[in-house]
Amino acid sequence: MTQLLNRRNNLINKIPYLGVFTAGAIILSYIETIIPFYFGIPGVKLGLTNIMILIILYLTGTKDAFLVSIVRIILTGFLFTNFYSLLYSLAGGIVSLIVMSLLKRTNRFSIIGVSVAGGIFHNAAQILIAIFVVETASIAYYLPILIISGVVTGMLIGILGKILVPRVRAVIVR
Amino acid sequence: MKKNDWILIITILLIAAIFWLIHTKFLQDEGSYVTISVDGKVIHQYSLEDDIDVEIKGVNEGINRLVIKNGKAKMIDANCPDKLCVHQKAISKDKETIVCLPNKVVIEVHAKEEQEYDAVVK
Ligand SMILES: [Zn+2]
Repeated sequence: MTQLLNRRNNLINKIPYLGVFTAGAIILSYIETIIPFYFGIPGVKLGLTNIMILIILYLTGTKDAFLVSIVRIILTGFLFTNFYSLLYSLAGGIVSLIVMSLLKRTNRFSIIGVSVAGGIFHNAAQILIAIFVVETASIAYYLPILIISGVVTGMLIGILGKILVPRVRAVIVR
Repeated sequence: MKKNDWILIITILLIAAIFWLIHTKFLQDEGSYVTISVDGKVIHQYSLEDDIDVEIKGVNEGINRLVIKNGKAKMIDANCPDKLCVHQKAISKDKETIVCLPNKVVIEVHAKEEQEYDAVVK
């Protein structure tokens, strides 16, 4: 019974934090839309929001990360972007989260490796959708640039995650 | 970082390098003409040797303005919301593309050999 109560308490306590992370991810999405940073491929973003998803993945688990990721994508889709951007974000977000969650579960990689894999699959999924949307396979030629940018942003976000996860955990679990 | 992280990163970078090698090998050819596709269908083609300024009708009342000058093709204006196509560099080498996703407009450069091949097919 106490265990059940604890679980309920955890669940209730978690919700405000998930809300804060969703809000944070939305703000980062907005920053991404106003940064004049362009890879030469439409729809490709730096993936700053992934820091929020990564922290949730390590703090409260895959389900919460999915929830926040999808809420973030749908809300930002309506707020700042158009339908196609929504499609790319959704593909990138879901695929990268599946990959990160699976890699994390193997326990063979640190948060940095997990984040790098997430960054790459985020970009790869977006380019795959782009190929279908415009029905032109030649966009695949951009893949090397996307892979490298995925590694770089993935590493930066992973390092940031490594610093932030223990700190946020210290705040939430008191 | 764990050892596996490094293995992962190095493997990925190797894959990127291989892709890049294939990419540059195919991209070396100078382009000869561009095709304009809307919604996956080629609607027009223009030689890169001609100076051209055309408006392309994309999907959902999308309009893109393409200019070919000094052997390079560039999207100079578009009514799409993101304007990403307008920010793309001018293209002139075989297989280079400018893509406008909202309007589903794709400009693609082709080398001469392909043009002759296309002509035979048609
Ligand atoms: Zn455009």
